Amino acid sequence: MVDGKKVIEVLRAIGVKIEEQKEYLTELDQPIGDSDHGINLARGFHAVGEKLPTVEDKDIGTILKTVGMALVSTVGGASGPLYGSAYMKMGMALAGKTELDMNDFLKGMDTAVEAVMQRGKAVAEEATMLDAMIPAVAAMKEAVAAGAEAKAVLDAGCKASWAGAEHTKDLVATKGRASYVGERGLGHQDPGATSFSYMLECVKDSL
Amino acid sequence: MVGLVIVSHSENLAKSVVELTSMMAADAKIAPAGGLEDGGFGTSFERIQNAIEEVYSDDGVIVLMDLGSAVMTTEMVIEMMEDRKIAMADCPLVEGTVVASVDAVGGMGFEEIMADLEKVRDMRKL
Repeated sequence: MVDGKKVIEVLRAIGVKIEEQKEYLTELDQPIGDSDHGINLARGFHAVGEKLPTVEDKDIGTILKTVGMALVSTVGGASGPLYGSAYMKMGMALAGKTELDMNDFLKGMDTAVEAVMQRGKAVAEEATMLDAMIPAVAAMKEAVAAGAEAKAVLDAGCKASWAGAEHTKDLVATKGRASYVGERGLGHQDPGATSFSYMLECVKDSL
Repeated sequence: MVGLVIVSHSENLAKSVVELTSMMAADAKIAPAGGLEDGGFGTSFERIQNAIEEVYSDDGVIVLMDLGSAVMTTEMVIEMMEDRKIAMADCPLVEGTVVASVDAVGGMGFEEIMADLEKVRDMRKL
């Protein structure tokens, strides 16, 4: 079981990771987007970091909703409403919870995937963060069904997430800024799929 | 009068689109919501929210956006102001703004202007 304190720890770790990878994420965004993914997300998670002390004693749903709101308010690019919706909807799905087990986490992840699909009007195989999220959630469910323990479940999720991010190189983007670049985007890894993979890694490392 | 909000990634672009309406509809209730708080490119939830508040009345507010996060961020602002009469126009930004501002100053209502903006979407220039 994971409590609110642990969730906050993971969120802080995500902030550190995004800050570390800021240049790399922005570099990925240069050939296919508007070169701001890393900078925008780092600004967003900096704002998240400032908000976290105000929700330390709140339930996990409230913590995640607060993160989502901070992201949508401060990121400024498409990842703001996308990750913002993902965290907010995940928070709504986990409202009132003070502890999470693996099933809660996966239920929350399902909601996050739905939120991104709905907000971005996107589906799989369009070279977006969904191409990391969807296979990651599927792999984690499979691992749970096979009786794996938490660390192994997250390990499977991270592997599938990175493989999904890698796979975006073979896809032509049809959503977002990268769709303007069309086939010239082939061979480039999607920054959103990459940042999601880093986030999931932080969850894994916390276990 | 129906209020209008112009959302763009660029602060200057939003301001200029608003400025352009003064040519034909100087009395329009219209507010720009462009760029981030620090002046950089992007769309700001807070700026959009404030701009809507600034021109809001019971007649409603129509929001015109450029692309990508401007659309998604506006969507989220509107979802949070759910009890209000606010809609997004699915049409080219400049053409739509000119049409909507002339309509609004001419006394047309919310639904009528939205219907006009539907036509703007398919308007050809050549």
